[in-house]
Amino acid sequence: MAGKKFDMVIRGGLVIDPALGFGKEACVLIKDAKIAGIEKETAALRRTFKTMGDNQIIDATDKLVVPGLIDVHVHLREPGQEGAETIKSGCEAAAAGGFTSICCMPNTRPRIDSQETVKFVQDRAQNASARVYVAGAITKNIAGEELAEIGDLVKMGAIAITDDGNYVQNPEIMRRALQYASMFDIPVMQHAEDAFLCEGGVMNESAQSARLGMKGRPAAAEEIAVLRDLALCRITASRLHIQHITSRRGVAAIRWAKREGIKVTTEACPHHFVLTDDEIGKEFNTNLKVNPPIRTREDRDAVIEGLVDGTIDCIASDHAPHSSEDKDCEFDMAPSGMIGLETTLGLVKTFLIDKGYLGWADAIRKMTSNPARIFGLPGGTLAAGSPADITIIDPDKKWKVKAENFRSRSQNSPFLGWTLSAKVYRSILGGRVVYEK
Amino acid sequence: MTRLSSRHLLGLEGVPRADIVAMLDAAESFREVLDREIKKLPTLRGITVLNLFYEASTRTRISFELAEKRLSADSINFTKVTSSVTKGESLRDTVQNIEAMKIDMVVVRHASSGVPYYLTNCMDANIINAGDGTHEHPTQALLDMFTIRRKYGKLDGLRVVLVGDVMHSRVIRSNIWGLKTLGASVALCGPSTLIPYGVEQFGCDVYTNVDEALDGADVVNVMRIQLERQKAGLFPSQREYTNLFGINKERLKRLNRNYTIMHPGPMNRGVEIATDVADGGQSVILEQVTNGVAVRMAVLYLLSGRKEEE
Repeated sequence: MAGKKFDMVIRGGLVIDPALGFGKEACVLIKDAKIAGIEKETAALRRTFKTMGDNQIIDATDKLVVPGLIDVHVHLREPGQEGAETIKSGCEAAAAGGFTSICCMPNTRPRIDSQETVKFVQDRAQNASARVYVAGAITKNIAGEELAEIGDLVKMGAIAITDDGNYVQNPEIMRRALQYASMFDIPVMQHAEDAFLCEGGVMNESAQSARLGMKGRPAAAEEIAVLRDLALCRITASRLHIQHITSRRGVAAIRWAKREGIKVTTEACPHHFVLTDDEIGKEFNTNLKVNPPIRTREDRDAVIEGLVDGTIDCIASDHAPHSSEDKDCEFDMAPSGMIGLETTLGLVKTFLIDKGYLGWADAIRKMTSNPARIFGLPGGTLAAGSPADITIIDPDKKWKVKAENFRSRSQNSPFLGWTLSAKVYRSILGGRVVYEK
Repeated sequence: MTRLSSRHLLGLEGVPRADIVAMLDAAESFREVLDREIKKLPTLRGITVLNLFYEASTRTRISFELAEKRLSADSINFTKVTSSVTKGESLRDTVQNIEAMKIDMVVVRHASSGVPYYLTNCMDANIINAGDGTHEHPTQALLDMFTIRRKYGKLDGLRVVLVGDVMHSRVIRSNIWGLKTLGASVALCGPSTLIPYGVEQFGCDVYTNVDEALDGADVVNVMRIQLERQKAGLFPSQREYTNLFGINKERLKRLNRNYTIMHPGPMNRGVEIATDVADGGQSVILEQVTNGVAVRMAVLYLLSGRKEEE
C-alpha cells in the first residue's frame, strides 16, 4: 500500500478488534471515511506519512485503538424534553464517552411510533457527533394495547422495536409483536419488569426497602417477565433482546434459554454491575433511582458472572437524562433514570477490567461487534471497508467524574465525585475527529 | 446539658443508646412540669419552630405545638397535603423561602420516606422527623419507650410485641430500633401480606399467629390498621383481620401478669383492639398521649441551638 495516500493514520497504538481477533500494535489507515486497513508500521509506510499533514496523523502511543463503541440503549429526550437532553447534546455526550453509534429509545414526547417521528430524529441527527439509530415503539403510544405500524417504522430505518420504560404487559400482544417483527428480522427489545408487581415501587424490594420504608420492585417481577418472554420467543421463533438485566435468576433464565437454542440476547448496564441498593439509604440520592432498580450484592455479582461467561452479550448505558429540577425532590416523587454515556467506559475499566473479570477484548466486544451483530449495524469492527468509526482510549488514565464536565445537558449521575480509570482520548466518526480530550 | 451526637432527629436507626437515654431522661423532667399548675418554661424563648406538615395529622401536630408553647418557642404551622400529581412549588423552594424568614427548627411530617434527611441538605435548621412515609416516626417510638420505662423502670429484658401493619408502619420501624438499642426483645406480628420482604434484618421474632406472639410478653403495642390496605388487597376484610389479629380480652391471658396495652392512635375500636382492652386497667393509651408532649419537649430542648459546626 506504500505510496497510496490516506486521509488519516492512527499510529503507535495497541489495536484491539474482537471481530477480527486482532490485538497488537499497528497503524489504522483511513481513507474516504472508511477503514483502509490495519498495517504494521514499516519503513515504507512511514515514508507515506511524510507526505501527510500533522493533523492527519494521530499518535496513539500507549493508547488503545478500538472500533467506535456502540451503545444500544440511550434516551435522547428529543422531541419533548429538550431541557434534559437534545439529540445534539446526547450525541456529544456519546462522543465524549467513546460511543460513535447509539440507539435511541422511543419514549419521547411524542413517542417514536410513526414514520414522522423516526424521520424527525434522523434529520436532527444529521451532522451530530454520533450515528443515531432509532428503536421504534412496539405499540402505539407505548400504551401496550395495539401494535404500532412496525413495517412502516422499519422501512424508515428503525433497527428494533421496544416500549422501553414500560413492559408489554399483555402476553398476547407481546406474542404478536415478536411474530410480526420476525418478518423484518429485527429484534424486539423488552424492558422486563412485570408492571403489577412493580406498581408504586421506587427501589429494589429487599432488606433495604424494608428498612427505608420504600415500596419495592421485586426481582421476581423481572424473572417473571423474562421467563414469559422466553416462552413467547421460543414459540414464535423470533428474536428477543432483554434490556438491562439485573437479577440473579433473570440472568440464569437467559443462560438456560441460550442453551435451549432460544434466540435471546441481553445487555447489562454499568450501574447494575457496580452499585447495590445499600447505597440508597445513605443519602436518599435520587440519582440512584432507576428502573429496573439497582439490586442486592448477590444480583450484582450474578450480572458480572453473566458478563464473564457470555450470557450477557452487550454493555449498554441506559443513558436517561433528567434535569436537576426534576431530580431534586422527594425520593419517591423523582423520575427514574441516570445518565451513563460518559461514565460507561470508565466503569467498565474500573469495575470489570481492573478487577480481573473481563479482558479488554471481551469488554470491547460487548460494546462493538456484539451489538453490531445483534442489531445489524455497520461498524463495530476495524475491518477494511468498514466506516471509519474509531475510539482511542487512554487505558490507565485516572479521572474524576464531575458534573461540570458532562457534555450531556443533565448531570443526574450517581457516580459524581468517583475516580475512574480509562478516559477517551479521541472519538472518530467516519474519519472525522468528533471528540478530542 | 447532655449533648446528643446529632443536631437532627431523623430516625432512631443508628442512634446511640446514650442519646436515647438522654432524651428519655430529659423527658422525665419535662413530664413533671406538665403536672404543675403553670406548665410553661422559658427554655426556648426566641427560638422559632416551623411545624411543616405535608400529611394530615391531629395528635402529633398538636403534641408538638403544645411542646413548643410549653417551652416558650414561637411556632409556625404549615399544613399542605400534597400528592405526587399536584406538585406545585418544589419542597426545596418552599422550605428555603420559609427559612429565609429565620426559622431555627423544623418539625416535618411528609408522605415520602427520606424527606427529613432531604431537608438537612436544603436548610440549616435542626430537623425533627414527625413521621416520613413508611420509614420512621422517632418521637412516637420515644414516647412509647418513655411510657414503658416509667411503668417498669427499665426496658432491658422486657418483651414487647408490635402488632399490625409491619410493612407500612413507621411507628413499628422506629420502635424496633429504639427498643432493641435499649435492650428490649421485640416481636413483630401481622398478616404475612403486611410483613415486608427482608424483615429478617430487623433482628426480631416474627409471628403471623397473634396468640403465639403474645405468649409471655410484657407489652403489646397495637397499631392502627388502615382500611386502604384492605382495599389494596393486602388482607381480605376487616372482619377477618379482627378475627385473626384483633387484641381482645381472651388473648391477653397469654401475657405476663403485669402486662401493658399500648396504641399510638388513632384507634379503630373493635377492629385492631377491643374497646374493653383499650379502656382496661392495663391500658396506658392516654398516658402515651400525655407523655408525648414531654418527650417532644425533651427533643426540642436537646436539639435547639445546635449548629452545623458543632
